[in-house]
Amino acid sequence: MSEIFVNERDVVIPGQTLARGMDILPGYGTYRDGEEIVSKVTGLVKIKERLVSVIPLSGKYMPRPGDGIIGIIEDVQPTFWNVNINSPYVGVLLLGEAVKEYVDVTKTDISKYYDIGEIIYARVLQISRSGIVTLSMNDPKAKKLRGGKLVRITPYKVPRVIGKEGSMIEMIKEKTRCQIIVGQNGVIWIKGGNEALATKAILLIEKESHISGLTEKVAKLLEGDEK
Amino acid sequence: MKSGKPEKLIIDGKRLDGRALDELREMEAKVGIISRADGSAMFRFGNSVAVAAVYGPRPMFPKHLQDPEKAIINFRYNMAPFSTEERVKPGTSRRSIEISKVIKEALTEIVCIEEFPRTVIDVYVEMLQSDGSTRCAAINAASLAIADAGVPMKDFISACSVGKVEGHIVLDINGKEDNYGEVDMPVAIVPRGNKIVLLQMDGELSLEEFEKCLELAKKGCMQVYELQKSVIKNKYVKIAEER
Amino acid sequence: MLKPEREYVRKLVEENSRINARDFLDQRKIEIEKGIYKKAEGSALVKFGETVVAVGVKLSVEEPFPDAPNEGLLIVNAEFPPVASPEFEPGPPGEQAIELARVVDRGIRESGAIDFEKLCIKEGEKVWGVFVDIHVLNDDGNLIDASGIGAIAALLNAKFPKYDEEKNEIDYSQKLEPLPVRKIPIPFTFAKIGNKILLDPCKEEEEAMDARFTVTIVDNKICAMQKGHGGFFTEQEVKNMIKIALEKYEKVVGIVKA
Repeated sequence: MSEIFVNERDVVIPGQTLARGMDILPGYGTYRDGEEIVSKVTGLVKIKERLVSVIPLSGKYMPRPGDGIIGIIEDVQPTFWNVNINSPYVGVLLLGEAVKEYVDVTKTDISKYYDIGEIIYARVLQISRSGIVTLSMNDPKAKKLRGGKLVRITPYKVPRVIGKEGSMIEMIKEKTRCQIIVGQNGVIWIKGGNEALATKAILLIEKESHISGLTEKVAKLLEGDEK
Repeated sequence: MKSGKPEKLIIDGKRLDGRALDELREMEAKVGIISRADGSAMFRFGNSVAVAAVYGPRPMFPKHLQDPEKAIINFRYNMAPFSTEERVKPGTSRRSIEISKVIKEALTEIVCIEEFPRTVIDVYVEMLQSDGSTRCAAINAASLAIADAGVPMKDFISACSVGKVEGHIVLDINGKEDNYGEVDMPVAIVPRGNKIVLLQMDGELSLEEFEKCLELAKKGCMQVYELQKSVIKNKYVKIAEER
Repeated sequence: MLKPEREYVRKLVEENSRINARDFLDQRKIEIEKGIYKKAEGSALVKFGETVVAVGVKLSVEEPFPDAPNEGLLIVNAEFPPVASPEFEPGPPGEQAIELARVVDRGIRESGAIDFEKLCIKEGEKVWGVFVDIHVLNDDGNLIDASGIGAIAALLNAKFPKYDEEKNEIDYSQKLEPLPVRKIPIPFTFAKIGNKILLDPCKEEEEAMDARFTVTIVDNKICAMQKGHGGFFTEQEVKNMIKIALEKYEKVVGIVKA
């Protein structure tokens, strides 16, 4: 007799039994131990019919193909760059994915395109089985980000910062008049407007994302301190 | 020079610190105490205090030490010089190297290392106060810190020591009992499945005595487990309550 | 050893056989040559199949510890020199060698094998220090058991050199009374592969194993235990391994004493 022992949005911890039964499927953040589905992380339960998952409340960014991420150029090599993408894995940006024109690598120092310390918004192309992450600037949204400041949050909270159909992030942008770009890797770029207030709002979402009534609280923060 | 041997360690079924034979010392645990770390925790058995921090998973260098199929756990147990009666020289000792090895091996059983190939997960524990059962406090703190860091794990590891003092089997050995008793046996288990992931012993035990020790250790470890679970859960409950 | 080779060993075990056609609870052939190194006060060369470990005992006069003024010292050290394996690198002992030395030390110390008070020369000032040095010569698995047996065998044939207390000089050329060894602790190391338990793993089995357990027996008691190398054991598995070790003890003691 299969049974799910937890409810949607319950906080669960590693080793906690979530469900029992061979027809219940182990989703993200869970594993099967015999007949039981068990949590691997501290997080919030998500139940979709017979799929039980746990969305972690903290943890490192694990890149997925198609993710838009904000990275910092760490190293320049003759034909590629190493990019810090706030992950246990280093991103690799190959010359061919970054520059459209022909480049004679024997004569060119490619740091003139992207140099150490510069910030980019890029697309994750793929991750090999052994963890080599390739990036691409070949995307309408990809660009260099100049100026501004960076805020880092737990990557799992990014959906909350963006909100349903972008509602949360649009509210923050409107009230603070900041340009804001959110990377799936938990790195957020803010420029212009009330950068301090935007930062405060984002950090509040990160801290209280598992509590209901968050949208109202964020709205209140933005109203109260609006300038 | 250690303080001298007490005349008796057990009087009328009670130990020198007033505990019954099968009683754990007072325990305390906290998480999130080191802001720079990805995860951190403190665990205390009586006067033994361990502080753990987790950094990672993070890129592993040098590259030739990477494992292309899983993360490598790097664990270091260290004692602060002021943690014992007689000052401990800073730096590693053969004892701390051995303890680091057995704890690291225990952690590989529960951490989902296959999810992070080519990375390293650094786990560091410092003993700030040492009064027996230090490696048990260390592994309990490490386990909590890994959960605090959001590194996927199959379950916690819960550890405690048992021993034989003046012929009696006792739970949670303190410093004096370790020095002057007959047996010291640290045990760490994964509660899910009752898996023994750390087991050491020195002294003298018959097979029957060993079986009694293991039974008592299991009881102690389950009490540790309850504390570990509540500390992690309460981290998020507390934030909700602050509203 | 590479993945397919490990998988092969595991497959064999699953099908209830071992890579060298031994029974699961059989040890390899144990050979001990005693007193082989003439410059040592006691020595033994131990072979467990192809595993070869040399152990030498050296004695010197030392200061006792302040809290044990009339007791001698025991220091056990293990070296894994590069001659013994393509995986050993030159340098000070790593964690494996340190663990091994400490496990062997505990077996000897906790069993009461050495009467430390008989090592006292002058209370509070001079005692005999017993240095047991384990030198691995070929690593084909289960260095712990080979080393533990080598250590006690070396101690059993160790003799005091002549000590001139007045001049504070040791004459190593003379070999006088034997060291007071009163117990014979023997370690038994098991490997777990899948859910099967094997006694005395060879190198290939060590590379493929999930967990390792060593229990040191003296007479009919347990004097030391060490679970090593990741993985886990159930309570029942541990009890079974201890029972097997208790059963095999007398036979191995016979080989050591022979």
